[in-house]
Amino acid sequence: MTEKSFPSPYDQAPAHGAEGWKELYAYNLVFQENRREVEEAKFWFCDSQHWPTVTKPFETIGFEFAVSCLGQYNTRHLLIPPANGIEFRIHNGYVFMSPVGVPEADIAPRVPEFMARAGHYFQNWETLLEQWQGKIRGTIDELGALNFAALPDKVDINDITSGKGTGPNNDLLAQYDELIALTYRAWQYHFEFLNLGYVAYLDFFSFCKEVFPGIPDQAVAKMVQGVDMELFRPDDELKKLAKLAIELGLTGLFGNTANPEQTLAGIADATGGAEWIAAWNEAKDPWFNFTVGNGFYAHDKYWIDHFELPLGYINDYIGRLEAGQTIDRPVAELVAERDRITEEYSELLSPEQLAAFEGKLGLARQVYPYVENHNFYIEHWTMGVFWRKARQLSAMLQEQGFWPDADGMFFLRRDEVREALFDYVTGWAVGAPAIGPSYWPEEVERRRAIVDALQSERPQPALNTPPAVITEPFTLMLWGITSDQIKNWLGDSDAPEGEFRGMAASSGVAEGPARVISSSDQLAEVQEGDILVAPVTAPSWGPIFGKIRATVTDIGGMMSHAAIVCREYGMPAVTGTGTASSQIVTGQWLRVDGNNGTVTVVEGHTHDLSLAGDAVGQLEQVLDGPLLEGSHA
Amino acid sequence: MTTTPYIQFFDGADEPRHDLLGGKCASLVALTQADMPVPPGFAITTASYDAFIAAAGIQDDIHVLLANLDADDVAEVDRVSAQLRFEIESRPVPAVVRADFVAAYHALQARFSEPVPVAVRSSATAEDLPDASFAGQQDTYLWLHGIDDVAEHIRRCWASLFTSRAITYRLKNNIPNEGLSMAVAVQKMVNARAAGVAITMDPTTGDRSKIVLESSYGLGELVVSGLVTPDNVTLDKVMLMVVKRVIGDKHAELVPDPANAGLVELEVSAARRGVLSISETEITAIAAIAKKAEKHFKCPQDIEWALDRDLPDGQNLLLLQSRPETVHSSRSSETRADAAAPAAGYGIESITRSLLVQAGKPTD
Repeated sequence: MTEKSFPSPYDQAPAHGAEGWKELYAYNLVFQENRREVEEAKFWFCDSQHWPTVTKPFETIGFEFAVSCLGQYNTRHLLIPPANGIEFRIHNGYVFMSPVGVPEADIAPRVPEFMARAGHYFQNWETLLEQWQGKIRGTIDELGALNFAALPDKVDINDITSGKGTGPNNDLLAQYDELIALTYRAWQYHFEFLNLGYVAYLDFFSFCKEVFPGIPDQAVAKMVQGVDMELFRPDDELKKLAKLAIELGLTGLFGNTANPEQTLAGIADATGGAEWIAAWNEAKDPWFNFTVGNGFYAHDKYWIDHFELPLGYINDYIGRLEAGQTIDRPVAELVAERDRITEEYSELLSPEQLAAFEGKLGLARQVYPYVENHNFYIEHWTMGVFWRKARQLSAMLQEQGFWPDADGMFFLRRDEVREALFDYVTGWAVGAPAIGPSYWPEEVERRRAIVDALQSERPQPALNTPPAVITEPFTLMLWGITSDQIKNWLGDSDAPEGEFRGMAASSGVAEGPARVISSSDQLAEVQEGDILVAPVTAPSWGPIFGKIRATVTDIGGMMSHAAIVCREYGMPAVTGTGTASSQIVTGQWLRVDGNNGTVTVVEGHTHDLSLAGDAVGQLEQVLDGPLLEGSHA
Repeated sequence: MTTTPYIQFFDGADEPRHDLLGGKCASLVALTQADMPVPPGFAITTASYDAFIAAAGIQDDIHVLLANLDADDVAEVDRVSAQLRFEIESRPVPAVVRADFVAAYHALQARFSEPVPVAVRSSATAEDLPDASFAGQQDTYLWLHGIDDVAEHIRRCWASLFTSRAITYRLKNNIPNEGLSMAVAVQKMVNARAAGVAITMDPTTGDRSKIVLESSYGLGELVVSGLVTPDNVTLDKVMLMVVKRVIGDKHAELVPDPANAGLVELEVSAARRGVLSISETEITAIAAIAKKAEKHFKCPQDIEWALDRDLPDGQNLLLLQSRPETVHSSRSSETRADAAAPAAGYGIESITRSLLVQAGKPTD
């Protein structure tokens, strides 16, 4: 094989207008000039699965906390013998990662440590997980209690008479520190069980590959995967509310999704409306702490902050129910299929093999629900609260004149926010205006322009020279970065023109018109019978999965959210195609083969003319504009 | 579709009896009764053969001629073979036997709006047994038109019991000549666009979680007789997903020759040779049918299939044969034992080992 490489980060000029972008980020996050030799020796892949667009300076908290806590668990808590953490850098605004191996000599000594630590967790899984529930709920409650109100003109008289001795400025600073600390804590909880979930899965996976050489990855996933996950609860709640609306004769009242308050008031006033509103109120907390994004961006919209989203989905479901369609996931069929697959493989095993198979499968099934459900608790619920509080703080400082727009704070690093906040409390304390309002507005706009410029270019899929084979278990499992995938990126793919190859993530074959969705704001464009083509999908896109025939993504492995959701909805999916969403145009007729991992553009199929204008728009977007959701509205 | 002692239609109600139908016909009856898409046809039972031999009065000649034959005396085997086959092919078929298969032939033709060509295949009672792979030892005649042609080839099938190869094979495998009989299958010909075989295990490893399928253009005879290198596709049996595809050279295809009302072998163009002879959907359908046959017969199967170009998609896949896979089934238990060794156990120890193996580190 020819030895091909990706470009070095040191040889890549930033986009025009993005000069000086490195100063927006902390020194430890960028490729430093004097570290060229060290950094170029490593292989870096772009994690566009979690960070598909440029991260603004404040938003680096997402990957800094997530990826460092992942590493912390591998390296310091569990001592996973062959794997340490994953280094991360930001390059031209995008997030790059590089797995850190364990020196050969350290692997053996880590084995007994790992067995004691991980073994304890596996043996006490249910009790520890119950404890985890309490810890994470407590953390979310603490986050929810934070309040970033503007400082009062004078200290409350009660604080004087009680002899409190400190002012609200003290609390404000402490609350900001709490916001950061609580979020860091939540991300540690995130990985307390996740890595273990993956290694148990991996053990069963390796066993299957050994006794059934060539067994499709999907077969293993289907045997392990559950059907009744908390991650699907938000969507299931919407379905319940749609059915209840029909039952109570309220179906005509959901048309006005543009003004959710009015719509809800109208429902409340109708006969039977009170019962529906009670059900809605019960469902919304916690289940509407659900983002249409992925929890890593300040602009991600959460259902609970944007009632027009769940109301719109409910209205959609009502329409489909009235048209006689089934909206429920085929749970019974999924269970039957899972049992059939498990039984058919079991029948092929010797008694000794069967005992190992059942033991490993049992453990994988026990730990697997966490692999899906944690996503609701952390990315959706915790991060939903985190961003709401952060937006509150940003808006408060906007009111104090620190920046002209409500999102100004996200162009500051989190340590700079602490500085700005201290500037604010100092101004309040001394009775003179803070300096921020005369410093930040211009600086924020300068930074916004840089972020926009970075946004205009897509990242390289990877940097430097790839290793001959990828063996790091987490890279394979979470990101689907296989040696084949890298070959694909390097243009060594032998796929013919008009065909895209990826991971056969969910079985079945479907044909239909492509609907290219680059941002969650476009979800409303999805029509019945479309094939969804997107860089990545989010679990909260559930409500549209009932309409589509298949899903194609650029990024993601067998355990990516698109793969999991499609298997749950029983529809074909091909993930990790690399470039499908930027090469396929809305309206093109596609054939998606989820058994073989291929997506074919079917030429000569008569396109629906009503789609033509749309297709042009998509093409323009591909050629000129930012492909993905921008850094600002 | 009457059943007489001499005739049994594949889709008749009678149980498939191996002694009456021979291996091939018994299997076709069983497959038809299991709702598999078998091309229609009927068996001329061993009772027909027995009646024919009795009427011809050559039973004793056969025993005498075969009695002290030396399998290694090629010239003598050839001489005996020629004499026996001449005797069979030159004797008249008893009227009662002939009347039944003529009626059955017309009943088969009456199912179609225009005359269809048929295949006439031998179905020996000693053929297709799991421990004596007798496949291909008897004859197959393709693309026959009209009752005279068919009748002629029925006798030839009977005579094929005594080809030099068959005689030698029986001598070497100690298969006695007593009770030797032969049934014959008369079956609507498939106008195959592509055809081949499928085995419900990986014959190279004995892995029973796989289906290995071979396919080439035209009728399947070139694949079965090894005259072309077919496409070779491996599927996971449980998921019916392809795990490996190898495109074969498939330089030739056997197709109907309208000019001569028979078959002709044609060269396959480079473009068609370079791609798979069947679609992904067809691959899945063939594997599904092979799996169904295995489930029905409760042991690994070796099937022959064809895609009929005259039938619409979805109805064009036909099953021509299914027999127990004889080569590897007996070895599978030892394969299992081998595989069990490294994979035993579960829990934290096996998890640790998996992690180390995954990372390419030796475990001990």
